[in-house]
This record gives sequence, C-alpha cells and structure tokens, in this order.
Amino acid sequence: MNNTSENLGKCELALTVNGKPETVRVYPMERLLDVLRHELGLTGTKEGCGEGECGSCSVLMNGKLVNSCLVPALQAAGTNLMTIEGIARGPQLSALQTAFLECGGAQCGICTPGMILASCQLLDKKPKPTWDDIREALSGNLCRCTGYMQIFDAVMAAAQRSPE
Amino acid sequence: MRSDPADFALIAPGTLPAVVSLLADEPGQWLPIAGGTDVMVQYAAGKLPARKLVSIWNLSELQGIEISPDEIRIGAGCTYTELREHKLIAEEFPLLVSAARWTGGIANQNRGTLGGNIVNASPAADSLPALLAYEAELILVSVRGERRVPYLDFHTGYKKMQLAPDELIRWICIRRGFSEYLQCARKVGARDAQAIAKVCVAALGRLRGGVIEDVRIALGSVAPVPLRLTELEEMVKGKSIEPELVDLARKTTAAAIQPIDDIRSTARYRSAVTGNLVAEFLEQLRGSEKTA
Repeated sequence: MNNTSENLGKCELALTVNGKPETVRVYPMERLLDVLRHELGLTGTKEGCGEGECGSCSVLMNGKLVNSCLVPALQAAGTNLMTIEGIARGPQLSALQTAFLECGGAQCGICTPGMILASCQLLDKKPKPTWDDIREALSGNLCRCTGYMQIFDAVMAAAQRSPE
Repeated sequence: MRSDPADFALIAPGTLPAVVSLLADEPGQWLPIAGGTDVMVQYAAGKLPARKLVSIWNLSELQGIEISPDEIRIGAGCTYTELREHKLIAEEFPLLVSAARWTGGIANQNRGTLGGNIVNASPAADSLPALLAYEAELILVSVRGERRVPYLDFHTGYKKMQLAPDELIRWICIRRGFSEYLQCARKVGARDAQAIAKVCVAALGRLRGGVIEDVRIALGSVAPVPLRLTELEEMVKGKSIEPELVDLARKTTAAAIQPIDDIRSTARYRSAVTGNLVAEFLEQLRGSEKTA
C-alpha cells in the first residue's frame, strides 16, 4: 500500500447541497452517503443495503436520482445535490410530502426520503405520470412496510394536485 | 468487512489523454471507475482488490452518441438512461433499450454505463446479449492509439477479455440496417428492476420467401460469458420454421449452453427456459415476414 501514499489523504470538496454551498474535507473514496450524514449532518438520507439495491439513500445529483452509497465523494465535487432536507420550502411541505402523509405512504420511514426523491425526478420528467410510470420510477426503491400501494397513490395524488 | 476510505486513492484527471497516460505509466495499478454501480458494491463489501482508482465519470471524450449513415457510435460512458432516452436507439436498436430498462432501477440507470457493463463482464449482464446480437464493435483507446475489435470475440472467459491493462473502451459501434428484422428481448428474473437475470435473451432475425435469411440469438446467464448460438443459427438459416426445426433448435440450444446452479436459479430450470425462449423467438419469427 506504500506506493499509493502520494495519492492518499483527504481532499477538499466544494458542492452545493439543497441550494447552499458547502466545503468538506473528506477522503475521495468516502461514500457520498457518509459525507451527507457525517460531515453535513443531513441524516434524512438513510442507509439501507449499502450496495445500490434498496434506494433508501437516493438523492438527486444535478437533478438525477443516484444511490448516494455508490457515489464516491470525489465524483460529487462541484455538483448540485438535493436531499430530503431540501424538499420542503421552510415550514411549507411539498406537494409530494403532503400526499405521502395523507395517503399513508410512510410507515417506518426508512424508505421514505428515497421514495420522495425518486418521485421528484419522475414528476420533474413527467408531471402527469401513468400508474406504470410511477411503478417503474420507484422500482429501485424498496419498502418493507406499506406494500407500495399507498406510496403509488401518494405520487399520483401529488401529480394530480400540481398545477401543470 | 466494509472498506476504509483512508486506504484508497481516487483521482480524477479530467481528460482522456491524462487517464490513458496514467494507465500506461502504471499498467494494472489503476482501476477506472465510471458510475460506480459495480465497483462501489465491491468496495462496500471490502472485496475491491484495487487500491488506486481513476475516475472516468463524466469524461467528455467518453460521452455522446454519434450517428452516421452506416453506424451509430455510443460513447462508453453513456448511461442506461441516456440509451433509453435516445430516439434513434429506441427506433433501431430496441434490444439495447429493453436491456437498459431492465438494468437495476432508475438510480442505477442514471449512473451505470454501457462501457462499464462490458468490462464488468458479468455473464448475467442485461445489455451484453444485445451487443452480441447486433455484432457490435468496440473501439479501444490507449496511449498507443485506437484499435477496433469485434465484440463477438471480446470476452474470452469468465471475466476475461481482450482489453490490455492500459486500455479503455472508448466507443461501442453498431452497424445500422435492422429495420426489416424482428427483434426480441426477454429477461426471466424475479422482477425486471434490480433483480439479476436467471436467463436473458436478445435475438433478431429476418425471413425472406418463407425461409430464415438471417438470424442471431444471444443469451445471458447460461455460460461463463455472454453467448451467441452460432451453431444453431447456421443450422436454421435457409430453412422454413416448422415444428421439427423448433424442436431441433431446443435440443441444439440445450447442448450449446453451460448453465449452473446458483443463488438465482438452477441449471435445469435455466436449460428448460432457454430452450423455450429460443423456441418462442422462432415461432414469432415465423409469423413476421411482411407480405409485399
């Protein structure tokens, strides 16, 4: 491992998180998930499987859904990140958050941040999704409580409520 | 046990020339990482042999899809999402779009790349049978220049391939001209998203005058490498698709594959299902000739 010493060590990383510029000092191979939770204290992003299967750690990186457990910190340099903490406008919940509450789309809550961010990307691309669009958009996000129907209902309700 | 990030180096030189000279200077020392959907999984499990990684994510030279009258060139860094959303690929190369749709979920499709899928070289990878069926060619790049290799010969054994330690895949090239072909892709798995295939097939073919003029059948998850059924293809070419031929195709398929028992399925199931999928494709091909 000696021959890597010249490249080892922490690096300074500038990124924008929920609209706010941040600088952190981290190892380049640190998982974005850990940077968010441990360095920035944004514990809304959850770790489920830690191997890209469950979607609990989903965040938006430059508007695109990613599993933050599979993103090495260095690759997030200069990106614009959105986590669950950035979804509400102050005390005002987003349409998706309100719909998840009303439809019973959250039970234990571990999958919920990822579900909401995956739904955000969907509604961003397709403001009026079909039932199949919703099922596909959330197919990488696993929920072990709800049986999914209330989650799908919530996304549909949010889409119908949005003006466009 | 989970890896400690302090033990790993990761750098992002930012340009293709800088990356290939790094690979040339210390051959085999640096592991390229694109979207990380395979590498980071190994890393998380503490099973990544490499300690030095070089990021090729977002490298502009590996991006983009170029279209010429004869072929399309897909940048090795193209994500599954980019493949899915490309209009011409959807129209002309639906096998690739189906495969992209079945790979992981949306988050992994946003990060996983076609080049990464090739070099990860899983025999179960969804997109590789499609590349075999289209007879793709790869353009590999290193400080020594570029070379073009047929994808059919690229995988030489389980996780072994014709890629020198200082090379990267730059382009995946596919000849156009499949508009008159029937193209069929099927994945048999626990579910489409996230689940890895028990068996997957990508096939295309064309009838003329009631007989098979051209046919290509490629399979995933039934051998140490993604597999083309070349012997079967030669056997059925020039023939009309009768029940006897379909039966023979089933038997030839069973003899050509080397399925195994593993966590996802059994050799016996895979063998039976693969035969059925090949038979199903031939049945569909039988009815596909358009009357002039």
